[in-house]
Amino acid sequence: MAKKDRMSGNEAVAYAIKQINPDVMPAFPITPSTEIPQMVSTYIANGEIDTEFIPVESEHSSMSATIGAEAAGARSLTATSSCGLALMWEELLLAASNRMPVVLALVNRTLSGPININCDHSDAMGARDTGWIQIYAESNQEAYDNFIQAYPIAEDPRVHLPVMICQDGFITSHAVMNIELLEDKEVKDFVGTYRPEEYLLNPGNPMAVGPYSVSNYAMEARRNQELALEASKDVIIEVAKKYKELSGRGFELFEEYRTEDADYIMLIMGSAAGTAKQAVDDLRAQGKKVGVLKLRVFRPFPAEEIAKALKNCKAAAIMDRTESYNGHGGPLASEVQAGLYREKIMIETICYTYGLAGRDFTVDHVYEIFGELEDCAENGTKYEQHRYIGLR
Amino acid sequence: MQGNGIEIRWHGRGGQGAKTAALLLADVCFKTGAYVQGFPEYGPERMGAPITAFNRISKDEIRVHSNIYTPDLVVVVDESLLTSVDVTSGLKEEGAIIVNTPKSADEIRPLLKGYTGRVYTVDARKISVEALGKYFPNSPMLAAAVAVSKVMERDEFISEMQASYEHKFAKKPEVIEGNMKALNMTFDALTEGAGL
Amino acid sequence: MRTDINKISEQSPHEELTEGLKIFAGGTSKLFNTGEWRTNTPVFDKEKCKQCLLCAPVCPDGAIPVKDSRREDFDYDHCKGCGICVKACPFSAITMVEGQQPHAL
Repeated sequence: MAKKDRMSGNEAVAYAIKQINPDVMPAFPITPSTEIPQMVSTYIANGEIDTEFIPVESEHSSMSATIGAEAAGARSLTATSSCGLALMWEELLLAASNRMPVVLALVNRTLSGPININCDHSDAMGARDTGWIQIYAESNQEAYDNFIQAYPIAEDPRVHLPVMICQDGFITSHAVMNIELLEDKEVKDFVGTYRPEEYLLNPGNPMAVGPYSVSNYAMEARRNQELALEASKDVIIEVAKKYKELSGRGFELFEEYRTEDADYIMLIMGSAAGTAKQAVDDLRAQGKKVGVLKLRVFRPFPAEEIAKALKNCKAAAIMDRTESYNGHGGPLASEVQAGLYREKIMIETICYTYGLAGRDFTVDHVYEIFGELEDCAENGTKYEQHRYIGLR
Repeated sequence: MQGNGIEIRWHGRGGQGAKTAALLLADVCFKTGAYVQGFPEYGPERMGAPITAFNRISKDEIRVHSNIYTPDLVVVVDESLLTSVDVTSGLKEEGAIIVNTPKSADEIRPLLKGYTGRVYTVDARKISVEALGKYFPNSPMLAAAVAVSKVMERDEFISEMQASYEHKFAKKPEVIEGNMKALNMTFDALTEGAGL
Repeated sequence: MRTDINKISEQSPHEELTEGLKIFAGGTSKLFNTGEWRTNTPVFDKEKCKQCLLCAPVCPDGAIPVKDSRREDFDYDHCKGCGICVKACPFSAITMVEGQQPHAL
């Protein structure tokens, strides 16, 4: 039986952690994710869960300890934001290359500088090539739902890769909204008991994790890692379907909102997708054929699936909440356009950078963007391929 | 706000509880079955610095995640903000503003940059000190927001808040009565003074 | 599945390598004949040795076997010829000779 409640995004993730009751959580506080380890510590102090909490001296250590605990055989996780993720860099790659099914609750915050505590995706996007699975949430509800799906994806023998569950700092992490929670037992049954096939603290079955690899081996290891990330796509879809059977909620790789007959589609990730959907409803009421493609899974990147979902529209806006400093848009811009090209789908696209460092993104911005797409497709007006929205 | 709901913007100073009031309002509206959103905007986060918090309350699911620019209601928890912050920015003329001040609505209106909608004043300090013996503007301003926005009936609000305080102050039951008194006094004062 | 290290080599295709290059087995370094790298070789003089055992723990490759509190002759399959044991021996019971083989034997 679903339980209706109201919670912030951080509370929702902490509650999911409580329901999962993982074995080990090393963490170091950083805004806006601090509440997650804080709330988990409270659950532990109150005897509600028996997770081993390790206070560490930095995020470099929190990710190291998470990997170590996981290798030892414990279901492990941590939480962080922004510079905390940056300080984990080296270990992020090790978690993936050592094929550790750890989970990271990332509360997206911009990377300095200029120094700022608010939301954009520059932290997660900077870590996009570290070999982690990345799943983004529109709301506190989705942050909760995605977190519960993280271990079943990560621990699947076809995958064995770390998973980053991302939500927008402050925008969802600190906003109290309605949420539907699963019963503890439903969550426990869904996530299951962790039974790793091999682990370090297993007497009589010695093993080595992370041995030095000469060049004759390292490239093959990377290829295997890449193949596992590709294989995770099917697992993510399977887990999402199973979760939907349980909860009635959720999407697989992305959500297509009113895109079926849409001439113009906005491709966007995170909380701004909700704002875009509201704007789409408003524009639909005026007879505009517009829709939203909300990307849930950024790694593995569903390039082919996105290209096919966009193939019937006249123009698409590709929305990046980060800057790549490459002169032609952010990571979504590059990867979506590459996907379209490979599928030989030659629709018009405009790449927008929005919402950097907490800059608000409103329904008016969405109206403006759809207006530009229409002008571009209907009147042949030339727009720069890379534009900023909400910039003074 | 698009759809079936209202948007509220709170102006306060860090430490005065405007964010808490917004979250409490979301909380109490949630209990009536509404869709709610309560969130702060984080600036420099210093005690005394101007802060903003927001509520969306609706019968329909809320999906918009932006700040609120055209509120139906503005609540000003600290009168001194009237001269430093454009509190009526975007405020709908058919909406309303509530200011925490001992002054009358007529005395406050000239500070509102030509706003012609409804203006309410609440002397939260007087109510709080009388009811609680201390100055906590939260409860009076929350009651005022409910009274003016009519997001729920007074009786429903009072009974939900009673339950909420009993839970929240389980270890300090002595403050429950004072807080309830502050809520009721605010409703009475607004009803008498502003002619709702 | 446990790893048979003998079935993995630098010619193995990627499908035959272990996940994350983890080694699901213990003591596999025994199978790696690092003694083949040796260019100079330590030679052990039983007569001079007082069995003080200062040499065994300083050997980086565990190539000085100790049995019943007495050291035995070098494990030349794994000794890399670094010479640390020579410096550690207070009784000049270990000497280095040129080449991969202990000519004295």
